[in-house]
Amino acid sequence: MTDSRYDLNKNLAQMLKGGVIMDVTTPEEAKIAEEAGAVAVMALERVPADIRKQGGVARASDPSMIKGIIDAVSIPVMAKARIGHFVEAQVLEALGVDYIDESEVLTPADEDNHIDKTLFDVPFVCGATNLGEALRRIGEGASMIRTKGEAGTGNVVEAVRHMRTMNSQMRRLTTMDSHELMAAAKEIRAPFDLVKFVAENGKLPVVNFAAGGVATPADAALMMQLGCDGVFVGSGIFKSGDPAKRARAIVKATAHYDDPKVIAEVSENIGEAMVGINISTLPEEEKLAKRGW
Amino acid sequence: MSKIGVLSLQGGVEEHLELLSQIEGVEPLAVKKKDDILKVDGLILPGGESTTIGKLLDIFDLKDTIVSRANAGIPLWGTCAGMILLAKEIDGEKSHLNLMDIKVRRNGYGNQLDSFKREVSIPKVSNKAIPLVFIRAPFVEEVGPSTEILLKLDGKIVGVEEENLLATSFHPELENDLSFHKYFVNKVKKSSYSNLKIAK
Repeated sequence: MTDSRYDLNKNLAQMLKGGVIMDVTTPEEAKIAEEAGAVAVMALERVPADIRKQGGVARASDPSMIKGIIDAVSIPVMAKARIGHFVEAQVLEALGVDYIDESEVLTPADEDNHIDKTLFDVPFVCGATNLGEALRRIGEGASMIRTKGEAGTGNVVEAVRHMRTMNSQMRRLTTMDSHELMAAAKEIRAPFDLVKFVAENGKLPVVNFAAGGVATPADAALMMQLGCDGVFVGSGIFKSGDPAKRARAIVKATAHYDDPKVIAEVSENIGEAMVGINISTLPEEEKLAKRGW
Repeated sequence: MSKIGVLSLQGGVEEHLELLSQIEGVEPLAVKKKDDILKVDGLILPGGESTTIGKLLDIFDLKDTIVSRANAGIPLWGTCAGMILLAKEIDGEKSHLNLMDIKVRRNGYGNQLDSFKREVSIPKVSNKAIPLVFIRAPFVEEVGPSTEILLKLDGKIVGVEEENLLATSFHPELENDLSFHKYFVNKVKKSSYSNLKIAK
């Protein structure tokens, strides 16, 4: 990937700001998402809630299903590859997806290494639980970051933790003098030039979305008020009572995240939210955020 | 002081606000409520997803307000998705604000791998070459008799102007070059001056 290609990929993420990206498993769901005002869709075979329930190895989706979704909508289409599975990523690039999510929701293919994303022209989004992890992914070539909240639980607590952690770590860097930055880079295990960028600018060099456990319009607005640039909603929509209505409500709440009156209005009568899981009852080995480093 | 609004329902809003804030005599405002739209002397419709922004304009009932402001003569500038919102005709789908006499094709160049950047000079806007960024960009297929073509690139129309309306396939807000924003600010200043004269 050339520098200018990387800039164009960061630019696409900038155009998604303030928007909602929805998990879809069929062209029909993709159309419902587009109709509801999604800025992009994430094509995958099973939503995270089902992956959790059914278990087994979760892999990149069938190319024919991804092509079906690309043909069904005019908004950007993203798709997931396993952590470290660079051939799944090559396949997704060949299919012409607009963004690849190197995702902990799928079963990791490599427990030590993430994909070298600089080898690709297609852009990548990656999850992060803290600033060091975000900067390592950006160092590998990710042009967009998202929180790594527990997907498929309908519980926003982990996404909140990740965003708060990143925010406070970024604030801390901005208060340091330049002599302290190398030690800070060592401490959070992140590339020095990116640590320096954050210290000087107080923000990541790429767009940062919320992901994992967002289930209600208020959840989406909470993540926006915490400083996220936009929101991914996975199981929260198509595992709820009335997907089209909930999807629209989350889109509206994301656009007017700072207006409680609008959030109240759109939260009325939108049917049942997905059934949630308390993270504290999840066995450690089932926590997806532990995948990758 | 000219108040220039950037429609902030979705998309690349901050980037426009940041460049506007570097131009003297401009008060940049993020706008998403009717009352705010009524306050501005010029309005930018930013890049983003046109289907999303179009739907939000409907849901929050903002279309009539924007159209009436445009008809009253305040300058509007659409970048990328904003160009699609302004068009009277969109290939294969329903139009949104229906203001500008152009027919556009969404995602005219293809998917993200076809996004590109080019340095081009646009005589009416600036003497020097300006960096232009095209992200899943639309282009103009046809223009009406009163639409002026500002730029044609590789045979495709990518910049147009029609009285108080301006539309570009590309995103000047993604670079640090202020030429295009200054061009729009001048348009706003001229128009508020002439509106002032009419009011007197």
